[in-house]
Amino acid sequence: MERNQLPLISPLGRAMITLTNHLGGLFIFLVKSFLMIFQPRQFPLIIEQVYFIGARSSMIVVLVGLFTGMVLGLQLFHTLVKFGSAGVLGSAVALSLVRELGPVLTAIMVTARAGSAMAAEIGSQRISEQIDALVTMRIDPLRYLVSPRIAASMISFPLLTALFDIIGIIGGYITGVVLLGVNSGAYFYRVRSSVEMEDITGGFVKAVVFAVIVSTVCCFQGYFTHMQKNSYGAKAVGLSTTTAVVLSCVLILVGDYVVTSLLM
Amino acid sequence: MKKPLIEFKGVMKRFNNHTVLDRVDLEIYEGEVATIIGKSGSGKSVLLKHMVGLLQPDEGSILFGDQPIHQMGKKEWSRYISQVSYMFQNNALFDSMTVLENIALPLRQATNLDRKAIEERVRMRLEQMELDEVEMKYPSELSGGMQKRVALSRALVTDPKIVLFDEPTTGQDMIRRNAILSMIAEYQRRFGFTAILVSHDLPDVFFISSRILALSEGKIIFQGTPEAFEEFQHPFQDEFVESLEEFQEHLTGIYSKRHFKVRYQNILSRKRPQESFVVGLFTLENFEGLCEYLGHTTGQKVLEALGKYINKHFGAVGGFSARQSRSQFSVVLPFSDLPEAEQILRDFSMDLQEEGLRIIQTEARIHREVCFEFAILAGLAESEFGAKEIDCIIDLAVKNQRVVARVQCGERR
Repeated sequence: MERNQLPLISPLGRAMITLTNHLGGLFIFLVKSFLMIFQPRQFPLIIEQVYFIGARSSMIVVLVGLFTGMVLGLQLFHTLVKFGSAGVLGSAVALSLVRELGPVLTAIMVTARAGSAMAAEIGSQRISEQIDALVTMRIDPLRYLVSPRIAASMISFPLLTALFDIIGIIGGYITGVVLLGVNSGAYFYRVRSSVEMEDITGGFVKAVVFAVIVSTVCCFQGYFTHMQKNSYGAKAVGLSTTTAVVLSCVLILVGDYVVTSLLM
Repeated sequence: MKKPLIEFKGVMKRFNNHTVLDRVDLEIYEGEVATIIGKSGSGKSVLLKHMVGLLQPDEGSILFGDQPIHQMGKKEWSRYISQVSYMFQNNALFDSMTVLENIALPLRQATNLDRKAIEERVRMRLEQMELDEVEMKYPSELSGGMQKRVALSRALVTDPKIVLFDEPTTGQDMIRRNAILSMIAEYQRRFGFTAILVSHDLPDVFFISSRILALSEGKIIFQGTPEAFEEFQHPFQDEFVESLEEFQEHLTGIYSKRHFKVRYQNILSRKRPQESFVVGLFTLENFEGLCEYLGHTTGQKVLEALGKYINKHFGAVGGFSARQSRSQFSVVLPFSDLPEAEQILRDFSMDLQEEGLRIIQTEARIHREVCFEFAILAGLAESEFGAKEIDCIIDLAVKNQRVVARVQCGERR
């Protein structure tokens, strides 16, 4: 009887062991890298990464934020008109953006732009032995390559989220006020009166959580490119990058649910 | 008894079920150039990576002095690894950094030196390696040979005591291969570090090595001098060394030492006892200075041209030649006695003065305006068939050496 059940149970058991190993590895990777943020010589490396992850992602965040706000303004206006509440458009746009769309869409956009680059860059450094070279030069690769990226993500994600929120609200204003004729004063009054400090803090908490998720997952995937099963060299880098982006996006949405339920 | 600097004691390493290192015992001594040779995939790089902690042994220990390196505390490990540099097979340069940034990286990130001191040390290395003109270029903009020089500069910028070279000449042509080996030999002499090489370049690498370590089927089957390795009787010699050692030496196109000896035995076996023959030895004097002044590539080209010239000249009178060491060539004149050989040498000396040096300068692409100096020494020794070993006759020829041609400031004298 037991023997018959083994073929079903053993693959499940193996999968669970692999998952636990991965999660454990990811957690240790995060803790070790996080602690190294505070070591000497890190400041210039962090600034360099803030420029790459933050400043160079701002244009894409502005574009996506603007059109997200505009679409939101358009959809919500037509829905609210049916209930005779077009005046609360400002509240609806601002709350949707600040609480949910801002942090989530910013994180997904930065994952696509900077997260994929992190995985690909670290992955190619792994396969070309540059990471081994760092070890032989007495430079801890986690300190030099990973911890500045985690720190820079934690700085950049909230700032980009704030930018996304502001541009999104302006996008909603363009559709609602300029194109569809909602009162300008009413729009901004609703924005001011409905958005509370808790909403903004909650959005920032999410942004920081997503920053940790994205940077850790992407760096982890790149760092262990050489351990990819059945693929080597450039193919392994490609696979690591794809896995990093997909996994980050999934974990952003899972994390969003968890953080939202904790904040509610 | 001399104490080893690094010692492997029964080191075993397996990957899955494949044993790569099988109870390896070896010793590396301070100040030597130790070369590890072996077939592809025999675990040479694995062995090297154990010395810098990139791999851990499954069994056995690696001692630095008396201390097992894999049991060192954080401080001891840091002290040990700060004395070791590793030059990777594919250079492992950071593509997004300039040459200057690549060389400065270990100093900026792993030492407490101030900015000025770092810049001074990096500039000094750039000048020594003739890289000052490309300091702002990226590795992808450089030739393979230059990338090797950048990797070597980065390996040496921390003034290490031990430098590990993982196949430093891979993918280079014969001139560059010899130039890189010559460069390693020069810097090893100049800075006094212990060099551990993994190389396939037989027999070229023998000229710079003080010890050879042969790795076969996971075990060290030979440790000793290159001369002792020549005499080493083992199937490894037939399977591996002879397959790599071509009939002709790569750089000069003349016989390799091994085939020179075979030809020597063949020709002299046809001669009667008491029949005499002459051995000549030619040395390119101040070869190191020449390399330092004109660059290692030009130095190798001079050597190549000289080897070809000697072979051509003495080949015409029935002689055959071989490269004896880094800057020495031996010639056997099997059909000449000493007076005749002396006359041939005088003719050679005159030809060399009149046209040979010009040919060498042209082939090595040395401009006439360039001021440099080198001399060619030659010595002869006569022997009878079966009287002495070839190495003893060569030693006699060395003692009889005198200057047969000299170049001073581009002028032939």
